[in-house]
Amino acid sequence: MRLRVAPGGPAALKVLAAAGAAAAPVRLVWGDPSERPLASPSAPWLPALELDSGTVLFSPNAICQFFFLARGEEPTDLTNQWLEWEATELQKGLEALEPLGQLLEHIEQDLSSRGTAYLAGDTQSVADVVVWGALFPVLQDETGLPSELPALRTWFQNMTLSEACRKAAGSVLMPEALLEFKSYLQKHPPPCLATGRATSNAPEAQPGAGTGHRGAGGHGHADPHWDQPSPQGDGPERALSEEEIAAAVAAWARGAAALPGPWKPQQPVLPVHGRRNVLITSALPYVNNVPHLGNIIGCVLSADTFARYCRLRNWNTLYVCGTDEYGTATETKAMEEGLTPQEICDKYNAIHADIYRWFDISFDYFGRTTTPHQTRIAQDIFQRLLARGFLLQDTVEQLRCEGCQRFLADRFVEGTCPFCNYEEARGDQCDKCGKLINAVELKNPQCKLCGGVPVVKTTQHLFLDLPKLQERLEPWLEQSLATGDWTANARYITRSWIRDGLKPRCITRDLKWGTPVPLDGFQDKVFYVWFDAPIGYLSITANYTEQWERWWKNPQQVELYNFMAKDNVPFHSVIFPCSLLGADDNYTLVNHLIATEYLNYEDGKFSKSRGVGVFGDMAKDTGIPADIWRFYLLSVRPEGQDSAFSWGDLMLKNNSELLNNLGNFINRAGMFVCKFFGGVVPDMVLTPDDERLLARVTLELRQYHQLLERVRIRDALRCILSISRHGNQYIQVNEPWKRIKGDEKDRQRAGTVTGVAVNVASALAVMLQPYMPSVSVAIQGQLRIPPERFILSRDFTCTLPAGHRVGTVSPLFQKLENDQVEALRKRFGGGQPEDLAVKPQAKQTHPAPAALVAPGDPQLIQELTEKVAEQGNYVRQLKANKAEKAEVDTEVAKLLELKKQLLQAEGKSPEVPVPKGKRKK
Amino acid sequence: MAAAARPGVEELALLEKLLGLPRGNKYGVQGERKVPVLQTNNGPGLTGLMTIAAHLVKQAKKDQLLGSTAEEKAVVQQWLEYRVTQVDGGSSKEDTTTILKNLNIHLEDKVYLAGNTFTLADILMYYGLHHIMVDLTVQEKEKYLNVSRWFSHIQHYPGVRQHLSNVIFIKNRLYTNAH
Repeated sequence: MRLRVAPGGPAALKVLAAAGAAAAPVRLVWGDPSERPLASPSAPWLPALELDSGTVLFSPNAICQFFFLARGEEPTDLTNQWLEWEATELQKGLEALEPLGQLLEHIEQDLSSRGTAYLAGDTQSVADVVVWGALFPVLQDETGLPSELPALRTWFQNMTLSEACRKAAGSVLMPEALLEFKSYLQKHPPPCLATGRATSNAPEAQPGAGTGHRGAGGHGHADPHWDQPSPQGDGPERALSEEEIAAAVAAWARGAAALPGPWKPQQPVLPVHGRRNVLITSALPYVNNVPHLGNIIGCVLSADTFARYCRLRNWNTLYVCGTDEYGTATETKAMEEGLTPQEICDKYNAIHADIYRWFDISFDYFGRTTTPHQTRIAQDIFQRLLARGFLLQDTVEQLRCEGCQRFLADRFVEGTCPFCNYEEARGDQCDKCGKLINAVELKNPQCKLCGGVPVVKTTQHLFLDLPKLQERLEPWLEQSLATGDWTANARYITRSWIRDGLKPRCITRDLKWGTPVPLDGFQDKVFYVWFDAPIGYLSITANYTEQWERWWKNPQQVELYNFMAKDNVPFHSVIFPCSLLGADDNYTLVNHLIATEYLNYEDGKFSKSRGVGVFGDMAKDTGIPADIWRFYLLSVRPEGQDSAFSWGDLMLKNNSELLNNLGNFINRAGMFVCKFFGGVVPDMVLTPDDERLLARVTLELRQYHQLLERVRIRDALRCILSISRHGNQYIQVNEPWKRIKGDEKDRQRAGTVTGVAVNVASALAVMLQPYMPSVSVAIQGQLRIPPERFILSRDFTCTLPAGHRVGTVSPLFQKLENDQVEALRKRFGGGQPEDLAVKPQAKQTHPAPAALVAPGDPQLIQELTEKVAEQGNYVRQLKANKAEKAEVDTEVAKLLELKKQLLQAEGKSPEVPVPKGKRKK
Repeated sequence: MAAAARPGVEELALLEKLLGLPRGNKYGVQGERKVPVLQTNNGPGLTGLMTIAAHLVKQAKKDQLLGSTAEEKAVVQQWLEYRVTQVDGGSSKEDTTTILKNLNIHLEDKVYLAGNTFTLADILMYYGLHHIMVDLTVQEKEKYLNVSRWFSHIQHYPGVRQHLSNVIFIKNRLYTNAH
């Protein structure tokens, strides 16, 4: 299908964005309205989508709708309503040059009352693209929107930064088109937000309808001058303006003088008056487990990349983290391993610290929650909450094991699920049906410690009075959401918590391993981890410096960023702020809450118990360097939606992006200096061609800053790759290896190209530092970039002037081979999810490597396992081919016999539960 | 033109009847243009003629009226939009002429707006054009021949016209040199 769009036409924006968002395979034609598609009506309809059937769609909204339909996304009442509203109300407002106030207000009200991240739900739909496409030409960026419209601002910003919209905007705003676009803008007053008329009190007040009627050529592109043909009909890349090029050349010429001076914070890092003081935390990993790649990208690696970027910007930055050590899970783990809780914590804290060191995480301090500071600070906050009347006491029913003389925490009870009758349901949740369970509702409860039958007893607990704190929370939250960078999921989750109403939350637990509750009658209780753990940020900082309060009781000077996966959002956005607001001690509260979605492993979930997935401690055994892991994880960082780790993708990204693109460019640039110019950067005489490259690099660099300032870590990485792509093209076109053999003029040209290229490589080295610190250091060494010029600037300048001597240049990356990656995939599981997921009993036939603790002969077990798998496959195949029943039965019997042997070899009970499906007539 | 007090709502009542839905939906109107609003028990309700009409079709389980392929669905959507933006938006004689001209070109090689199947687009376009067609002269009807053929066909479609007046078309051409 062919999509014809008019350069500069505002309607082009939405159709291009929709094509991108729905990944529609369209051929783009920059339209000349004089060649009107035959079947369309007489008006100069553009954009137009010409389908293979001959049908032509001329309504921009219908075109957008088609792209989403073709991908299987059916319209809903809500998307229909937005499309209709856009076509009838919004377009009319835009055409009539009315103040947009009421229209914007309408979007704001709808978004905030619905509490969703997008117009028609929690995922992006055709409605978002259509409304964004109409608004972007007038607003350009969200800075034009007042802070009274926070939900609209966030939504608009999210849309503008999404890949499809960004690309669409880039390609529509070509210079020729830009002129048209400017004339369109000049006709439009800036979005006048003080509404022209009195706002109606009706809650659903629609924006007032304009009086002017629409011309026949409506659909938002009636003006003929929007449909000017573009003389340059190719490439979606945004072209550069003269001003941009001139500015880039001027910045280049200033050289190292254009760089900000180097700055190092004093140790320990403390807030400095007059500087931007950034405090970064990543969610505290729970101590009893080895983190998997999803945990690493969700918290510590994301925060690390941002912290490194902040330091490069000379912002005074402190990044703290540590292990969360108290709680039931630690006690359970200690019992499992026959150690004391303290020993377990010491052991796993070291494992965590090792893993993060290997991943090159640049904590200023990595601590733990089991410290005297934790006790002191947590008890202080508790006392302040108590004194201010924010704690309630209540009686709860709880299971108590008389044998063990203790109340049983949820994880210490097992029983039959009250919903699905699964016999091994845990005290808090059933693994089979997934429903949350109240431990006292379990049928036939059993104490996991002694196997005894617990009884229901009443006990006293303390509750944080969240409903009472809500009136303090809401004004703060509104302010923080309006001024901070909160990811869409964080906003959504927080809003839905507030909307559902806050209830008092229990902050005490019947455990020993925790911070003691300093109150009479509660001596045998400790704080519940969710109350205790976030206080860890404070106590860990206190272990770093005794002046910790300068960070944590200083909201005037400090900006706080919290990094986490989305399951942690309510604790950081609602509950912990409530504790701190209630304690009333001028605490620093979160300004920017950065939450990721989930990272899946291949096609399923990471699972420690099934041994599926790569865990932090195994990453280094793969032989793949930490920086490659960092690069790959950051490039699939689940920003905005879940993403998946895949071995094939890792190999592809390494070989295509790192080796062939980035590595190739940096290596070639350096090699040319060594081979052709004796290791000395040659003189550079810039031609317009070179100047365009400078402007192009500058543009990407600006984008990189813009994205990272908003913690769009994955998106900013693309800017780096796109600079090296431009660099490669530049070298390819100018062929310095040929020109070096030519006459004087050719040799000078070769020198200029080599010099510019090696400077681009030098800029890339700095930009890469947050992502791949060791590679960055390696480039710095190879090119001998002096430290005072290894500075991240907003401008691209000449940091390696003529005469600079580079060092020895060698390849930065290695190819990953198919065999190697296949072997890793096999080793780390995944790939046979159907066996594991569909037939739970098949679990026993695939002993997970991590869980292999059987007493039998490992080789025999291995052999039998393979046989069982083989026979299982054979049986499935027979069934799939509808083989004779007798034959199937014989083979099933063989399979059951094999399974029995395997279980015996593993030393387990040979009673194989007969799978239902196999005996059914 | 004698504008009804709540044209959108009346049109939706016609559609409900045509779809065989029990009466019982409550409607309101909003703003100067009297945009229909379908009140629901939960939430803020649905606003807009197209949106509500599509909702009713789904409620009546006659989804085929919204088109069956992605392409057809988009085409239906396009003509519904044309109906609410152009036909409802235009009021001058000039606007009317443009609309009829455009439709006449589009219907040159089609039985229905979306090609060969009768859809919601035909129904709403028929309701929206009725007041225009009633006032056309015999000469104009012949000038927009394809529109007339289509309109005549739709008004005889079972259950569509209801109490609306029957627009008369003359089958033999009177102004043979008009084109």
